[in-house]
Parts: sequence; C-alpha cells; structure tokens
Amino acid sequence: MAEPLLSVAGLCKHFGGIMATDDISLTIADGELHAIIGPNGAGKTTLVAQLMGELRPDCGSIRLDGKDVTALPPYRRSLRGIARSFQITSVFPEFTACDNVALAVQAHSGGSFRFWRAARADPALREPARAVLDEIGLGHRADVPAAVLAHGEQRLLEIAIALASRPRLLLLDEPMAGMGIDDAARMMSFLARLKGKIALLLIEHDMDAVFALADRVTVMLYGSIIATGTPAQIRANAEVRKAYLGEDELA
Amino acid sequence: MKNSASARGLVTFAVLAILALLPPVASLIGQGFYVDVFTRIMIFAIAALSLDIILGYGGMVSFGHAAYLGIGAYAVGILAFYGIDNGFVQFGVAILVSAAAALFIGFISLRTSGIYFIMITLAFGQMIYFLSISLNTYGGDNGLNIERPSDFTRLVDLRDANTLYYLVFAIMALFLFLGRRLVASRFGMTIRGAKSNERRMAAIGFSVLRYRLAAFVVAGAMCGVAGALLANQDLFVSPSIMQWTRSGEILMMVILGGMGTLVGPILGAVAFLALETALSDVTGHWQAIMGPILVLVVLFARDGIFGLLSRRLELRRG
Amino acid sequence: MDPLLVLAQTLNGIQFGVMLFLMAAGLTLVFGIMNLINLAHGSFYMVGAYAAAATFQATHSFLVAVIAGIGAGVVVGLAVEIVVFRRLYARDHLDQVLATFGLILFFNEVVRMIWGSTALYATVPPFLAGQVEILPGTPYPAYRLAIIAVGLTVAALLYLLVGKTRLGMLIRAGASDRVMLGALGVNVKILYTLVFGLGATLAALAGLMAGPIFTVQSGMGENVLILAFVVIVIGGIGSIRGAFAAALLVGFVDTMGRAFLRPLLATVMSHAAADNAGPALASMLIYLLMAAVLFFRPRGLFPPRTR
Repeated sequence: MAEPLLSVAGLCKHFGGIMATDDISLTIADGELHAIIGPNGAGKTTLVAQLMGELRPDCGSIRLDGKDVTALPPYRRSLRGIARSFQITSVFPEFTACDNVALAVQAHSGGSFRFWRAARADPALREPARAVLDEIGLGHRADVPAAVLAHGEQRLLEIAIALASRPRLLLLDEPMAGMGIDDAARMMSFLARLKGKIALLLIEHDMDAVFALADRVTVMLYGSIIATGTPAQIRANAEVRKAYLGEDELA
Repeated sequence: MKNSASARGLVTFAVLAILALLPPVASLIGQGFYVDVFTRIMIFAIAALSLDIILGYGGMVSFGHAAYLGIGAYAVGILAFYGIDNGFVQFGVAILVSAAAALFIGFISLRTSGIYFIMITLAFGQMIYFLSISLNTYGGDNGLNIERPSDFTRLVDLRDANTLYYLVFAIMALFLFLGRRLVASRFGMTIRGAKSNERRMAAIGFSVLRYRLAAFVVAGAMCGVAGALLANQDLFVSPSIMQWTRSGEILMMVILGGMGTLVGPILGAVAFLALETALSDVTGHWQAIMGPILVLVVLFARDGIFGLLSRRLELRRG
Repeated sequence: MDPLLVLAQTLNGIQFGVMLFLMAAGLTLVFGIMNLINLAHGSFYMVGAYAAAATFQATHSFLVAVIAGIGAGVVVGLAVEIVVFRRLYARDHLDQVLATFGLILFFNEVVRMIWGSTALYATVPPFLAGQVEILPGTPYPAYRLAIIAVGLTVAALLYLLVGKTRLGMLIRAGASDRVMLGALGVNVKILYTLVFGLGATLAALAGLMAGPIFTVQSGMGENVLILAFVVIVIGGIGSIRGAFAAALLVGFVDTMGRAFLRPLLATVMSHAAADNAGPALASMLIYLLMAAVLFFRPRGLFPPRTR
C-alpha cells in the first residue's frame, strides 16, 4: 500500500491546563477529501494550525510524503506542498484580487529578490493568477481591491490564494463560514471539482456539504478523535450521533 | 488606484521641475542663498525617502534612521581627516559601512516587532551616537571639520554651490526613480505584502525576514549617501547629526509629506524644513509652535501633504 | 578595587535604579493597559523637576516644593490626557510615537521660554544635606539614601495597590484584556485617566528628586525616558514587577559600568585607549543588555500573562 500523503501520529497541544488537541492520529491519501467535524472548541482549528506549522505541537509527529515536517515553519511547509485557508478571512485588503493571488504564485515561482521588473506586469505571475480566479468564479472581479469584495467573494479569494501555490494538500478551515445559500452552493460545486485532484482536509459545520463531498470523515470532541471512517460509517456510529449529530438529525 | 498613480506622477513631475529650475531662478531674483537651503532640504528628502521604503511600504517603524545619516557623514569626515579626498572612495565607504551597519542592526532588530522594534532601533541609534561622542580622535562631542569637499575629479567641483545642488538633485531623482521600480518589483510586493498581512505571507511560502532585512539594508545605504552629501555641504560632522530627535524629525518628514508614496517624503522634507526656517524667523521659540503642528498633523491630516494634494487633483479630474 | 568604593557605587546604582523604576512604572502601566506609547513621559519628569526647583528657590520650603512638583506633574499630565491622548488610544503606535514626539518639542520649548536655556539650580534640602555612616567610617550622602527609601516605599505601595485593591484588580484586568473590561461595564475612560495621572505623578516625583543630583534643564526628560523604555522592554511591557527588577538591573549595570569599566579596561589596554573605550562602552552597555535580553526573551524577563 502506498505511503499516505499526510500522516499524523499522536499529536497533542495544550494551553495552560487545557488539552486543545489530544493524541490525534490520522492519515490522508493523495486526492482524498477528508472532512473533520465536531462542535466548536473541539480543537479542529488548533489541529490545522499545527499541520501548517503555526503552532508547535507538544508531542507527536507530522509526516508529509513520508518525511517528517513537524519542526518546519509555515513557509517551508508551503513550499513542500501544504496550503491553508483561514477561518477568519485573511487576505491582503489593499491589493486587488489578482494581486492577492499573484503573490501566492510569486512565492512559488523563482526568487523574489528581483528589484527591477514590475511584478504587476509579469505574465508569469498574472496569467496563473487569473487562471485560478477564473476557475473559482472570481475572474470578473480580478481587479477589485480585496477590501471591497463581498464577504462570499472574499471567502472564495481566501481559497484562491491557497490554491495558487499548487498544493498537494489543502487545509480548508470552514470555507463556507458566513456564506449565503447561493455562495455556499457555488463553493460546494467548486470543491467537488477539486476533489481527486489534490488532497483536501475540510473543516466544516455544514453537514450536507460534508456528507456529500467527503471520502472519509473524522469526528473530534474536546480535543480528541472519537471516530474516523466513511460518511456512512460515521452516520451509523452511535457515539457520534449522541455526541454531535443528534439522534433524529439524519433520518 | 489609477487616479492616485497619475496624481503621483503629476506631483512628482511638478516637484522635480520646480527643484530643477530653482538655481537659475534664485540667481535671477538675487536670492542665491536659496540654493544652499534647498540643497539641505533635498539631502533630508533623500533620507526621508529611504525611510519611506521601509516604513511606508514595509511597515517597519525605525526610530534610529538618523544613525545612517551620521555613518555616511562620518565616513566622509574620517577619510578626509586622513587626507583621502577621493569622492568615489568616500561615497563608496559611506555606502558600504551604512549597509553593513544596517545589516547588523536589522539582523537583530527584525526578530522583534511592534514597540520592541521601535525601541531596539532607537537603542542602536543611541549606541552609534554615543560611540561617535567617544571618538575623541575625530572630535568627539565637538565634531570634526572637513577641509575639502569630496573630489570627483575635475569634472565636478563641489565647492560650487550650484554644482553641489545639482549633484544632490540628481541623486535624489535617481533614488526616486530606483525606489519606484523597487516598490513595484517582486521584491517590493513582498515587503508590501508583509506589511499588509505577515501571517498570510508565511502561509503562502515567504520567509519574510530575509526580504525585510534586505529592504532595511537598502534604506540604510541610501541614507548613508544622504549623510555623505550632508558632510559635503556643511564641511563639518558632529554627533548631533545622529541624535534620536533627528530620527524623529525624519519620521515626521515622511508622515508630513505622505507615507508610502516616495514623493511624499520629498514634500515632507520641504515642508518641515521650510516651516522650521519660517517659524524661527518669527520667534526663537519656534519649536513651541512646531510641536503642536506635528500633533495636529498626526491627529487630523494623517495622509500628509500628498494626501491633500491627490484628493484635490482627483476631485478636479472629476 | 576598593570594596568601600564598590559599596558606594552599588548604592548609587540602586538609587538610580529606584528612580528609573518610578519612571518605568508609569510607562509600563500606561502601555500595558492603554496600549499607548508616550514619548512625552519624560516631559512630566521635567515639569516636576522645574516646578519643585523653582518653588524651592521662591519659598525655601521643601514641603511646598514637593507639593508643587507633584502637583504640576499631575496637572500637566491630566491636561495632556484630556486634550491629546484621548484621541490617541485608538491609533496605531506610529501615530502615538509621532504625536508624543511633537509634545516633547512643545514642552521643551515652553520650559525654555519660562526659565531660559541655562540649567536651573536645585539644591538638596538642608535636613538631607549631610552624610550618613552606612558602615563605620563610610559616609554616604543622606539625600541619596532618602531617594532609595522613597523609591522602595513607592514600590511597596504600588505592589499593594496593584495586588490588593479593587483599582489594582481593574488595572491587572485591563492589562490582560481591555476590551472585556469595557464590556463588563467598567468606566474605562475614568480608569484610563486615573492610571495616566498616576503615571505622571510618579514621573514628576522622580523628576523633583532628581533635580539636585542631575541638572534641571530643557530636554532632561529624554535621556531618562529612553532608559525607562529600555527598562520596561527588559522587564516586560505591562509588568510592574518586571519594571522593578529591570530598573534595579539597569541602574546597577549602568552605574557600575560608568564607574569601573575604564579602570577595568586600563588593566588590559593602554590608558589612552581605555579613556576612549571605557565611556563609550559604558554608554552602550544598557543597550547591549537590552538587545541581549530581547534576543533570548523577546517578550522581556517577566511579561504579564495575556489572553
């Protein structure tokens, strides 16, 4: 069996006396869409922060492609192929949408110690950026400053930036947060198109989306994993139903 | 976006045109001394411009920038003391030593941020200031006289006020042009991105520290050139060039003129020094008026002169 | 090296440290709670020194001079808080640095307008003018001992205030999460004004005590201010305990450095070289210390626990 793309073993992180993540182990294969669900405070975002390198875990290890990345800072992980989107939109507000994505392209295309040529006129940066924006449905808003974009558009931009670095593993932290029905549906179909092409770790509260898209689902509660399996297995899991889904939720 | 770019172009052209024509006009109206005044203004404009690169575009609030002014000036002064008058050597050393100092200071300071960064840059500025006071061989607190200005071969005689003026003008225009290209380049976008959202920059794959350090070194070197020019104008260097209040003044010029515009700092230098001159004619206690003016600018006119100008220009274009 | 000299310099170091603490305490409180950088803090120090010195010259009463010094500091502090600082709390640090820099220029000039550029003479009050035998045969200026006593008393009172009173609890809460404080219904505006006034008072007290030892002159606040900032950075911004420890450390290192570096260096290099290098290194010592601390502990030695 091939080595999984991502394998996390025994990851834990505590803040003061609280175990935000406790003995987390999971694997994600190439192209797999793996959803993480759980109530607020379950430790999902803490997990993502550790996967990205923004938080140093207190114990455990993270391996990407078989290589240990536990000690690597975020920018190195990005260069190895992990990208993340943030739960609270984190873009470059004064720059246009295209500038935003072009920056991500720039980070992965040769050095940035270039002092002469205008970055905005560089097709090596602009064309891939526009391509990503077109793919995600923001092509017509490429030259609008990010601060001016509507909330739903900003959430799309959030992901476009992460995608522009051509990651092998994309960590999506509640991409549909605060989105209206139309925007959420658009996001869902976009994620469905992405599926299989790159590995996705998806944190979401929208259960319809999760069960429709995910290859596998992991359920977290109070920092620990209480179940991992296919959507059908999770739906049938009595402990999960009691703790999170609600008995009559998924009739 | 387009509007402010063309406003900037217009203002830049106007500023450069006016400054280019100043010497002949000044001699025409018999007020030759304006050439000296504006030489000094442009020297500080260069210093302010260099600070704008790291402050306005990079978000690095350095409160020790006057140190590079001093290093550049002392490079010329000390070499002249030993009889080395060659301008190329003097300016070369000024650039190298300023860059080296900026590399060292930046390497340590850029590991911090916020108030810590401000304080540590201030501290380094103070260290260099105290160092220069203790150098008794080179005049210490009293300063050091320079016998001859930098010798750039027979081509350029810096004893002539107009020649010095146009040298400073040329360097200022060159730095303005180079600065424009720098902030629009990949490198420029990197430090601007870091100012905008440092966390995201790391997440998309940038090791921000090395780019900031490079920008810091470039700014330090540019300010060192300003210092070398200052030494040439005053034919005198002293530790007072590097007092921390001087760093504050350069910061003020950047804000007064308009931060993050490159041409703004030039306006700021003009405004600050012109205001200083005008007020000190009115009263010996001009600082009592200057102080509150600065407070008012910070509170109510944060975009500086350039901000006011570009709003006017945009309104006119409709 | 003469052990009695070392003892005397150690006491000098503590005295300097205690004065730095008075300055630093106000600064760290204001920064920790209101997130405000106030470069003009040194101006309160200067105002206290001038008011006390001038009043003493006029009335020859030490008590009146002290009241005048502290009073002036409080009045100026409150005035500046209401007119300028209320608008600065919401601004970023750069704006605060620039605006308070403008205030420094203003105060330095006003003081020159009233009292001129030459230093004002401040005398040690007669009842403290003598020497005290700290050890048999070792006299030490009574005035400096008094400063140490006052400083330690204030430190103890501050400790009680911050640790044991309701106001102190609000201060600690504010340092931890100021938004929450407002949300809980505390009158944040008045709290801010009180804290600011307290800081200004401490600075003015430091100033009036410093008058007889250092020169009372326009611009005297800036040197102390920078050192005070160094202290709070080393101690950990927002922490009074940190300010106390760091102030004593800085006071000690600076004083000992200035006293003993040159003779120490003279043992390994020529006297001429030591004459140059000694004072230079002594001036830089504090900044090197700060740089070293920040390198290993970027948040200072005793940073307060934040959210």
